[in-house]
Amino acid sequence: MRFINRRPGLALGVFLAALPFVAVLVAYIIGSQMRLAENPSDKLLPAPATIAQTAERLFTTPDKRSGRILLWHDTAASLIRLALGVGISAVLAVIFGLLIGLQPHMRAAFSGFVSVVSMIPPLAMLPILFIVFGLGETSKVVLIVVGILPFMIRDLSQRVIEIPREMIVKAETLGASSGVIALRVALPQLLPRLIQALRLSLGPAWLFLIAAEAIAADQGLGYRIFLVRRYLAMDVILTYVAWITALAFAMDLMLRWLSRRAFPWSEAAL
Amino acid sequence: MSFVSAQNIFQSYDGRPILERVNLEVDEGEFISIVGASGCGKSTFLRLLLAQEQPSRGAIRIGGAVPAAEPGPDRGVVFQKYSVFPHMSVRENIIAGESFRRPLGRFFGAAKKAARARADATLERIGLGHVADAYPATLSGGMQQRLAIGQALAAKPRILLLDEPFGALDPGTRLAMHDFLTELRAAAPMTVFMVTHDLAEGFKLGDRVLVFDKPRWDPHDPGAYGATITYDFDARDDGIPFQTIKEVANVPDQT
Ligand SMILES: Nc1ncnc2c1ncn2[C@@H]1O[C@H](COP(=O)(O)OP(=O)(O)O)[C@@H](O)[C@H]1O
Ligand SMILES: [Mg+2]
Repeated sequence: MRFINRRPGLALGVFLAALPFVAVLVAYIIGSQMRLAENPSDKLLPAPATIAQTAERLFTTPDKRSGRILLWHDTAASLIRLALGVGISAVLAVIFGLLIGLQPHMRAAFSGFVSVVSMIPPLAMLPILFIVFGLGETSKVVLIVVGILPFMIRDLSQRVIEIPREMIVKAETLGASSGVIALRVALPQLLPRLIQALRLSLGPAWLFLIAAEAIAADQGLGYRIFLVRRYLAMDVILTYVAWITALAFAMDLMLRWLSRRAFPWSEAAL
Repeated sequence: MSFVSAQNIFQSYDGRPILERVNLEVDEGEFISIVGASGCGKSTFLRLLLAQEQPSRGAIRIGGAVPAAEPGPDRGVVFQKYSVFPHMSVRENIIAGESFRRPLGRFFGAAKKAARARADATLERIGLGHVADAYPATLSGGMQQRLAIGQALAAKPRILLLDEPFGALDPGTRLAMHDFLTELRAAAPMTVFMVTHDLAEGFKLGDRVLVFDKPRWDPHDPGAYGATITYDFDARDDGIPFQTIKEVANVPDQT
């Protein structure tokens, strides 16, 4: 049988899926033990037990000075920035996606512009954003928007253009105005695509969030990681990285679930 | 003047002629079948009738009105694919036939209730009452096309344009669709243009069968000339024209 046609059974499939995780974990444990055996005060690869202790402390013990549990505080601050940036981008992307996808003048005016703007490396804009918007919340939210909006507009306008012409013409023959076509034909078919675009944009959104927090912030997940870096607190950094990964993964799951729940018609075709 | 009138229609894309010198007069209530080789411009002619495109020369009028600049509710259409809205339930698709011309594309309050009742009556009539809440993707191809026709008719168009509406259906379903269309026409006469690649279907359903073909042909440059209506058959009485034919002496062939 050809190599490409061989398939794993159920048990083997589960085993293979778990394999990379286990391999990374084992490699870490071995490395950590080797280093700690040589130098018990080594900070680079703390033992898993140490990380677990640190994690428990971070999640449950209030900070001595402020009396707040910093991890939850950082999480709230970061999630608010992320939600604002992603939410604003989603709304703008839908509006511009519909305009560019449906209206030839808008397409002529904006599609080239958006393509060029999407080539600007967002992080190169960060100093400008700090100068213009200050070091507060605005510049962080704007960085996320600047980072993901051009891609989302390009993606969504392309999706609108891909709506079969027949369907638009059909709506015209039912007497629909441009607005009704946008609202009742294009928008509902765009929403599942929006969720896909959001899923793709969440990775970059996190990247820009953490970058902005690392450079100028007084709370937030990215701020904390870069703060404790000075003390080589690997146990704290690893806990935060795992926590951020879990958050990102949960968001992705949520969006997938939402897509299936909210748009049964697009699932029905499969 | 006849109900639908196409006068001296030319259409070309990028300087390549597709249709040339197409003249057609159609009376209200006639069923026109259009046949012809693949790629000869049948769908193009239908798009012109629909006002989705403007001809390079000539004009198409319905009821003597000025030529339309864009598709509107006076022309209904059913394509082979993408004829219904996948994100709306079957019932909502029928309601859309009436509600899309409203400012927000929707009915509200009492009007909504009434439209819903009318849609359910329509669905019963076209045999889709039992799937009113389903989404089109769960329907068979025949049911989807039936829905598309029902939706187009809900908007009460003056002419109905069908572009190979049954082209993707299996033969049995196709026969059922023929009966369906015949019943609809018996209940409410309407002017229909139907493109088909099935000659028998064209003669069975049509009052007239138009054949599109290229009257001139350059073997060195097959794209040099466009197509026109080369035959205009009387297809009533099962396409046996000598029953009603009127012999006219000393007049050259009209087509
Ligand atoms: N928008 C367009 N631009 C350029 N060429 C087109 C366009 N639409 C159709 N054509 C060409 O016109 C010819 C006739 O097409 P069509 O009317 O779809 O044929 P059919 O008789 O099979 O329905 C084909 O050669 C097609 O490639
Ligand atoms: Mg065609």
